Amino acid sequence: MEAFFVLLAIPLLGGPFLWLLGDRRSAPEVNAALSLATFAASAWLTAVVISGGPITAWNEQFFVDALNVFLVALTAFVGFTTSLFSRPYMRIEREKGKMTGPRLRLYHSMYQAFMFTMLLALTTNNMGILWVAMEAATLATVLLVSVYRTAASLEAAWKYFILCGVGIAQALFGTILLYFAAERVLGAEGNALLWTHLNLVKADLEPAIMSLAFVFLLVGYGTKIGLVPLHNWLPDAHAEGPTPISAVLSGLLLNVALYSVIRCKVLADGALESRFAGNMMMGFGLLSVVVAAFFLSRQRDVKRMFAYSSIEHMGLVTFAFGMGGPIANFAGLLHMTVHSLVKSAIFFAVGHAAQKAGTQLMEDIRGLIKVSPTVGWGLMIGTLAILGMPPFGVFASEFLILTTAMREHPWATPFLLLALGVAFAAVFSRVQPMVFGDTHIKPLPHQPALVPVFVHLGLGLLLGLYIPPYLAAWYAEAAKLLG
Amino acid sequence: MSPLTGQILNLFASVLLLIAFAMLAQRRIVTLINLFAIQGLALVGSTVTVAWATGQRHLYYSAGITLVLKVVILPFILHRLIRRLNVKWDIETLINIPTMMLVGIVLVVFAFNLALPISQFSQSIARGTLGIALACVLMSFLMMITRSKAVPQVIGFLAMENGLFFAATSATYGMPMVVELGIALDVLVGMIILGVFMFQIREQFDSLDIHHLEKLKED
Repeated sequence: MEAFFVLLAIPLLGGPFLWLLGDRRSAPEVNAALSLATFAASAWLTAVVISGGPITAWNEQFFVDALNVFLVALTAFVGFTTSLFSRPYMRIEREKGKMTGPRLRLYHSMYQAFMFTMLLALTTNNMGILWVAMEAATLATVLLVSVYRTAASLEAAWKYFILCGVGIAQALFGTILLYFAAERVLGAEGNALLWTHLNLVKADLEPAIMSLAFVFLLVGYGTKIGLVPLHNWLPDAHAEGPTPISAVLSGLLLNVALYSVIRCKVLADGALESRFAGNMMMGFGLLSVVVAAFFLSRQRDVKRMFAYSSIEHMGLVTFAFGMGGPIANFAGLLHMTVHSLVKSAIFFAVGHAAQKAGTQLMEDIRGLIKVSPTVGWGLMIGTLAILGMPPFGVFASEFLILTTAMREHPWATPFLLLALGVAFAAVFSRVQPMVFGDTHIKPLPHQPALVPVFVHLGLGLLLGLYIPPYLAAWYAEAAKLLG
Repeated sequence: MSPLTGQILNLFASVLLLIAFAMLAQRRIVTLINLFAIQGLALVGSTVTVAWATGQRHLYYSAGITLVLKVVILPFILHRLIRRLNVKWDIETLINIPTMMLVGIVLVVFAFNLALPISQFSQSIARGTLGIALACVLMSFLMMITRSKAVPQVIGFLAMENGLFFAATSATYGMPMVVELGIALDVLVGMIILGVFMFQIREQFDSLDIHHLEKLKED
């Protein structure tokens, strides 16, 4: 109970506090300290759930079960490490004149606001509040995408706002339909949008309404996941915003949007008694994997390339949840976790690499390993990990997804294999000369933050070799919940 | 619900739809804002009608929020914005009105067909309202796609929210209060951020034409 309160109160109050604090030297440290406190609160909540099982709080408005508990911890953890990374990153940006005092003030307070919306979306039991939090997440990050005020970043932010706004409006229509269906069963009380209540009566929800509701919800939240063909905002927002924001968009926002979809899928599955919802997710997922893989090879901007890689991986996870069943769901949850860790580590390394080279164009970034071996190795190892090389966690989850696909949906396997192969060739051939090869890159004025990179990669490696028993138990239980 | 309230609700619904068509065809920004305010008023009317017919007390509150937010505050912000941005008398030249009207009609037919299997579950209200709400949403969507200036795009965005709100009140007697408050807050904050954003765009490009924002494309 108290754990919920502390978890949500820290970032909620942290935002205005950092705004009042303004442009002080201590602001980045305060931001990091608040993020650490949030992470500690999430660890506390996790401990409570480990010892006592799923809990609800405040008239059941908030709840934590096996499905969201590890996502809460993951979100708070990546939020914390990203705040560590952003300290030296933003200091360097400021010295280059790209960031100014007022912009940093906006950045820090909006960072906390964004963390609040993510944690609210994860812990709320109310499908309406989930929608509100997802929309608020867009609002919190849109001014951060345009923070450099360049023509390209303004365009990216406008696109982000309008496309996600339109997408999320579809999700609101879906939520209204969901409420319409629920009200017939649960009555017009405030409880009719609570997921735990809906889950109990899901078999009684009217199938005709639920199928239409799920279509709208999938399209709406799918826009935020970056599913093709709704993905247009994603590469632009990742490439033009500051790198810490790219890291949290990829590592957190996409995960939380996908989490919203799978919560809805559980309800739709229960109401429909057919594979309609799963088939739609498989279709969107497969399309995203294939299209993103082919777009990967055409990119010149490094952050854009890894943004397309995020679309590819999110498509893969959506496909896995679409297949359903204990193994595919397990693999999907594992993949969400390791993708989030590894992709944010890559963005940290890429951010410093781009600062060193003074450009995000891959042909102008060369020989990182000579000037700063740690950034170079971080990027190289991260790239190998995200491409699914053993022994990293991505390999384990991709292997599980592929073998399940072979067994249950053999027709999809060639597409998946082709896409993974194309992605490997495209990304590796770009990153290899960036890391090795001749160089003219200058060292940075400040020490880059590389601890987060290697901590994330270490965790990604650990999850490939050994999954702690309680985590495995959660994954299994959540997989069972998802059906 | 008595036949009379059903008829009144239908009347408000048709006003909403009519305004959606008018917005689709309107070239002047300042008139668009006024249309948006009138649409908000129709929304208040329909919400009060539903509240009165069903005795749902919280619908009066949400009608009050709509009145304050969509009839007073948002149009006020928008008027102020276009005055400060000096785009008050801007006229959009690129839209082809007859084609837009035809596409709009097609959308209405499509929306009614989509809503047909669902409207039959509606217990008490006039059947067509869910279809009309969906049609309003789709037409605002069309407006956002076809407009090339920033302010009309934003008005399309807000009009879409009106359509969604109408769907919520007509199909379900309104969402739970906490959700409605959250949505209202999101819309308000979104509007403020968009306002800030438009100044940034104009500072950068000396115009609010979205055609400047088409550089980021795949090669």
